[in-house]
Amino acid sequence: MKGALELLQRVSAHPDARCWYVAWSPSGTLLASCGGDRAIRIWGKEGDSWECKCVLADGHQRTVRTVAWSPCGKYLASASFDATTCIWKKTNDDFESLTVLEGHENEVKCVTWAPSGNLLATCSRDKSVWIWEVDEEDEYECVSVVNSHTQDVKHVVWHPTQELLASASYDNKVCIYKEEDDDWECRATLEGHESTVWSLAFDPEGQRLASCSDDRTVKIWKESTLGDGSSDESWKCVCTLSGFHGRTIYDVAWCRLTGALATACGDDGVRVFKEDPTVDPEQPVFFMSAHVPKAHGQDVNCVSWNPKEAGLLATCSDNGEFAIWKYNSDS
Amino acid sequence: MSGGTRLENANPLIFQRSGERLLTATDEDEDVADPIDDREIFDIFSKSINDPEHPLSLEELNVVEQMLINVNDEESTVSVEFTPTIPHCSMATLIGLSIKVKLLRSLPDRFKVILVSSQTHLINKQLADKERVAAALENSQLLEVVNQCLSSRAM
Repeated sequence: MKGALELLQRVSAHPDARCWYVAWSPSGTLLASCGGDRAIRIWGKEGDSWECKCVLADGHQRTVRTVAWSPCGKYLASASFDATTCIWKKTNDDFESLTVLEGHENEVKCVTWAPSGNLLATCSRDKSVWIWEVDEEDEYECVSVVNSHTQDVKHVVWHPTQELLASASYDNKVCIYKEEDDDWECRATLEGHESTVWSLAFDPEGQRLASCSDDRTVKIWKESTLGDGSSDESWKCVCTLSGFHGRTIYDVAWCRLTGALATACGDDGVRVFKEDPTVDPEQPVFFMSAHVPKAHGQDVNCVSWNPKEAGLLATCSDNGEFAIWKYNSDS
Repeated sequence: MSGGTRLENANPLIFQRSGERLLTATDEDEDVADPIDDREIFDIFSKSINDPEHPLSLEELNVVEQMLINVNDEESTVSVEFTPTIPHCSMATLIGLSIKVKLLRSLPDRFKVILVSSQTHLINKQLADKERVAAALENSQLLEVVNQCLSSRAM
């Protein structure tokens, strides 16, 4: 291990509840957190310290599982166990509830914006993935409901540049979706994990997808290309990181700026992996660059790299806190 | 459970309860740290969790045995293997959930609880999924049933 994670700040963000998720705004200046207390909190930096700027407490009746910023940074979406997704509009220093997306039968587990900002995806324990279209009047319309998984869908993530969506499920599989004749359909199913797939992350170029699982492994998938460079839409596993994690891996995040891969684990640890640049990209090798065994007092649920400041990492835990770390790759 | 409802397991085999825990010389010495041990975990829930169908404790129904409890205080892990009264019993998930809730409520937060049913992999995966457990416990009707299982009865 050559790198290190230095703790900058630890904040009790959702006291007496789980902190499920943290998300950086696109400008990297705000951090949104959400949790079992049904609240969303927005954090901003004052001097050297991250302070709570506002609390969005009245949007949901149950746990808020995930929050996501729109690419323009003006909107925030929140997914809740109450089966709804709220869209919040940022107005100066406050947020107002703009609309509530209803339709899922039960817990919404994840929400995510497409890079264009015109599409939104949600997934639920009802096994479905919904694609929503946003127009200029802030109207949201469901354009597709896809039922490709046989179980609880845990996570959805968009490709960084293309209109391509990936989902992870309790059925141990990952699905890749594309639009086809005004409808979204599953174009590839990635099989290989031996238990629930909890989260997904694309690499900065969007050529590879990392998945993390209850089977304590991270898998790196790469889209196969044909001789002429075009895609045949199948994905193959090119690398499996096993033996590093002691329990379920709840989240994985690929830094857009440095290419470092961070994981959040149920063994309370936070780990950062780096790719060996000298090996064949078709058979990549990752090594563990940094590891904080007791990063939090309980399970770590989420890892999120700041999009503007290289090496700034936010993590959050079942004990209700989030922490901000500075990753140095060669300390 | 109420009168007239058909029981899934009408005539359960009843097992004798184990005796009281033996006190050791250091047990009441406030200066000696007592690590949490198997018997303590067993006592925590075996006598205080009821089978949803019967006014009997899980110990009397042999759902949990002390031998199948493994505590590691240093590593902060507890693993419990339980045997539902009948295979694929629809109550098995509920009993499992009740044991899990009781352990989570009784133990310090640092503990990782691993609960394994000796019968089906399906239940184990559900009980290991903390997101599903958290969502289930936000369901007030289900929580009420769990709390009924956990309510202490006259002994």
